[in-house]
Amino acid sequence: METLLHQILSGLAAGGIYGSLALALVMIFQATHLVNFAQGELAMCSTYLAWSLIHAGCPYWLAFLATVGISFVAGALIERCVIRPVENKPALAVVLVFIGLMLILNSVAGWIFGYTVKTFPSPFPDHPLFGNTYIGNHELGIIAVMALMVALLYLFFRYTTLGLAMRAAAVNPDSSRLCGIRVGRMLALGWGLAAALGAVAGMLIAPIVFLDPSMMSGVLLYAFAAALLGGIDSPGGAVVGGFLVGVVENVMGAYVIGTELKLTVALILIVGVLVMRPAGLFGKVVVTRV
Amino acid sequence: MRKLALPALLVSACVLPFLVSDYRVFQLTLVIVHAIALLGLNLLTGYSGQISLGHGAFYAIGAYTAAILIDHFHVPYWATVPLAGIVCLGAGILFGLPAGRLENLYLALATFALGVSLPQILKYRHVEPWTGGVQGVTLTKPEAPLGLPLSRDQWLYYFSLAVMVVLFAGAWNLLRGHTGRAIVAIRDNPIAAAAAGIDVARYKSLTFGVSAMYTGIAGALGGIAVQFVGPDSFSFFLSLRLLCGIVVGGLSTISGAIYGALFIQFVPNIAGDISKAAPLAIYGVLLIAVVYVMPSGIAGAVNDVARRMRAFGRTTEARSSSKHRENQPGRNHA
Amino acid sequence: MPKSSHWTLLVVMTFLALGCSRKEQGSGGDNAKGASLSASTIKIGQTMPYSGPASAYGTIGKLQTAYFKKINEAGGINGKKIEFLTVDDGYSPPKAVEQVRKLVEQDNALAIFQPLGTPSNAAIRKYLNEKKIPQLFAATGASQWNDPANYPYTIGFNINYVDEGRTYGKYIAEKQPTAKIAILYQNDDYGKDYLKGLKDGLGEKAKLIVAEATYEVSDPTVDSQIATLKGSGADTFVNVTTPKFAAQAIRRAYDIGWKPTEYLNNVSASVGSVLTPAGLDKSVGLVTIAYYKDPTDKQWDDDAGMKEWREFMTKEYPEGGLSDGTNVYAYIAAQTLVQVLKQCGDQMTPENVMKQAANLKDFAPALLLPGIKINTGPKDYVLFDQLQLARFDGKSWVPFGQLMSVM
Repeated sequence: METLLHQILSGLAAGGIYGSLALALVMIFQATHLVNFAQGELAMCSTYLAWSLIHAGCPYWLAFLATVGISFVAGALIERCVIRPVENKPALAVVLVFIGLMLILNSVAGWIFGYTVKTFPSPFPDHPLFGNTYIGNHELGIIAVMALMVALLYLFFRYTTLGLAMRAAAVNPDSSRLCGIRVGRMLALGWGLAAALGAVAGMLIAPIVFLDPSMMSGVLLYAFAAALLGGIDSPGGAVVGGFLVGVVENVMGAYVIGTELKLTVALILIVGVLVMRPAGLFGKVVVTRV
Repeated sequence: MRKLALPALLVSACVLPFLVSDYRVFQLTLVIVHAIALLGLNLLTGYSGQISLGHGAFYAIGAYTAAILIDHFHVPYWATVPLAGIVCLGAGILFGLPAGRLENLYLALATFALGVSLPQILKYRHVEPWTGGVQGVTLTKPEAPLGLPLSRDQWLYYFSLAVMVVLFAGAWNLLRGHTGRAIVAIRDNPIAAAAAGIDVARYKSLTFGVSAMYTGIAGALGGIAVQFVGPDSFSFFLSLRLLCGIVVGGLSTISGAIYGALFIQFVPNIAGDISKAAPLAIYGVLLIAVVYVMPSGIAGAVNDVARRMRAFGRTTEARSSSKHRENQPGRNHA
Repeated sequence: MPKSSHWTLLVVMTFLALGCSRKEQGSGGDNAKGASLSASTIKIGQTMPYSGPASAYGTIGKLQTAYFKKINEAGGINGKKIEFLTVDDGYSPPKAVEQVRKLVEQDNALAIFQPLGTPSNAAIRKYLNEKKIPQLFAATGASQWNDPANYPYTIGFNINYVDEGRTYGKYIAEKQPTAKIAILYQNDDYGKDYLKGLKDGLGEKAKLIVAEATYEVSDPTVDSQIATLKGSGADTFVNVTTPKFAAQAIRRAYDIGWKPTEYLNNVSASVGSVLTPAGLDKSVGLVTIAYYKDPTDKQWDDDAGMKEWREFMTKEYPEGGLSDGTNVYAYIAAQTLVQVLKQCGDQMTPENVMKQAANLKDFAPALLLPGIKINTGPKDYVLFDQLQLARFDGKSWVPFGQLMSVM
């Protein structure tokens, strides 16, 4: 019983990790209708930036805010300079650009920072709540921060003009232009937001998994799965999807199939769900008029 | 003049092994292998519009089929190639049946899952007696038959070349006929295609099967050429490389498979020569550069250039013939 | 396909043919015996994962490049300079095969030194033995490189994982006969070799193993596995993980209140790279096997060998990490190669290189732990016959007990 509780809670904690990166993926998708394979590496680079700032003597919260800000700008710049030229090219060409970006970022990070594992500080106190051995403060912190981000995103997209403009630009760029929306600016904004979200995700994840260039590669797969499971256009769905993926993966691995096929089983399960409910659990089913 | 192009190409492909060293012949054999794999993926993703991020899995299944048949059952190498193809045809159809119902993004995830989890399955201890687990299976390259004066590398090159010609001709035929049109119709507008009476689900899963078959045959040939089959040869990077290959080569083209194969075979080596510190960064830069400069891939760019040259030729011809007409006495002016 | 493509391909192939054949006119081409009887340089080839999932180990190739450059500047070996050709194989076996063929057939390498990774080594072994080119000091701890009867041209270097596992097994069987053992291992040859060795060393006590859990390199954390292992009621934990996961495992076990007797595999026994991130206080009592000095362990700060290494790193290889034990390992391997080449004297043939590699007697580079020496013979391709147990006291790895014999 105790072990089951451990598994579920560590699954939730892992799910928090997947969900936070999934949020960034959903963000990009909502803004641009593209899935960004380089999201994980961008988040990793942001985390290295934060690490460098902290090591240069910057206090944690200052480094945190600075990193989020710089990542926002960097994301918007990447959209402008790297993605904009291939905007109208076939979708697969854009995927290739993402792959290229992913390779470049990973390689350069390894070159500059080396491959030894680095520690990253956590803003939450070290001693677990009530001295429990089940879930640490940091993991609870991740869940709390994510809930906060989802709420903020929801409010932003639902109740602000800017949020509405961004959604419009993604769904129907031509009509949006006719309404006076600067579509290009919306896209850049979308990327910037996604990069900022990714930076937060990276800084939350690093204290648990340790910082190294391959930090995000494993997480990306699960984040991708979580985002699709929850519905690629639903931020709340991404978070719930993350938790589901985390818990299912842990419990299956511990009790059903053994750790050797954990990855396979988790993925088969996800594909199975998608076959039954193609739009994901919370996604909107899109009906196209012929 | 135009009719000479293809035969000349084939002749020079046959002559090539005698001009270069065995090591180069080995590399060229790998190019052929990759070209077959890329054609398979192109059938699925380029012509049929079904994106696959896990085609490395079919490559692996083909390779392991050949390896197990040779190692455990002592089947001669030339028979393992079509057998690997048949196994992968079945695997592809099986996978294509549910996968065909998924929309592009979700299909991407499903194939992603396949590509990532297959190495884990290959290492699973219950199949270890067959697959050799992580140590893999070592194979021997076949000798040239009938005492032909060819080295083993050269023989395998010709064998692969023959397989490639057969497969490419088959694909060309398929795409030219009504199957090809059906597939492209499904890609461009599935609802209209269904309305026109095309059995969308059947064609989709069949395409998956054929695509997997091609890639599986490539895997079998590749395994024999490298003389080693192990789970680490088929990581997710392989699937990524195949995807890069078809986009760089040119989607929805047959020649694109060859251009793409040349790219993914030689460019990583070049990138490694340029930089030891961050070779993948160079590779990434080159990928992005190709997409910017040649968004329809190399085949697209080649066709573009050829078309422009032809148009230029025609304009020059038209100009010179109209001048010629001007200089003829008694001719009416337009 | 359009005719324009046919012509383009024809042109491309002509270039290929011309380019390739021109290069080959210079070198000897495919020649099994022709490897490097060249008068002035000693060509040593290497494949290393400079890209891809194992690129962390690329530092080995980079350090060795710097080391051989230094040797050349000091006059080379017996008057000849070392030409070190190290190329990227991306940890992919087909790529490794391709690169090794190039090194042997085109560049006429004398030997392939420290190719890295079990998959790559497995893929090139048959080829190199057929061509009679030494597969020298393979940089992997897998157990299959000690097979002079079948593969006389292949010799390993690392303490192999089976031997290390066996040593833990024997030790536990002796000192903790009623232990309940749990093991966490990476789901590949490296992890499975340890398991095999552990069971071997435990012998009939193998049933003491009550829980086994695996993880993949792509897993973000191993928290779930640690929970499972704790739940099995085990009081002894054999931790067979790579540095990142080792740090996670050590910390997690402590955090969930599990305090077993823990054995940590040598691959991750670095104070700087693993124990510090895990938490030095959480790592007290860990036991490992060591054969070389940990550069982050303060007890070696005044050691002559360590000082020499630090000077080399600062001057010749400044981008290398001073806290990375891999850089110590690479240095020792490079010194061993130099010793082999020196022993070759004038006879720089692949055959003689292999003969000398199997003829190392009591060779003890300064960075090895005191008492540990390299010994090889024509039937004994295992370099390190002894291992030292060490326990972590919160600051350093303190050696204890006698040198344990590997057999």
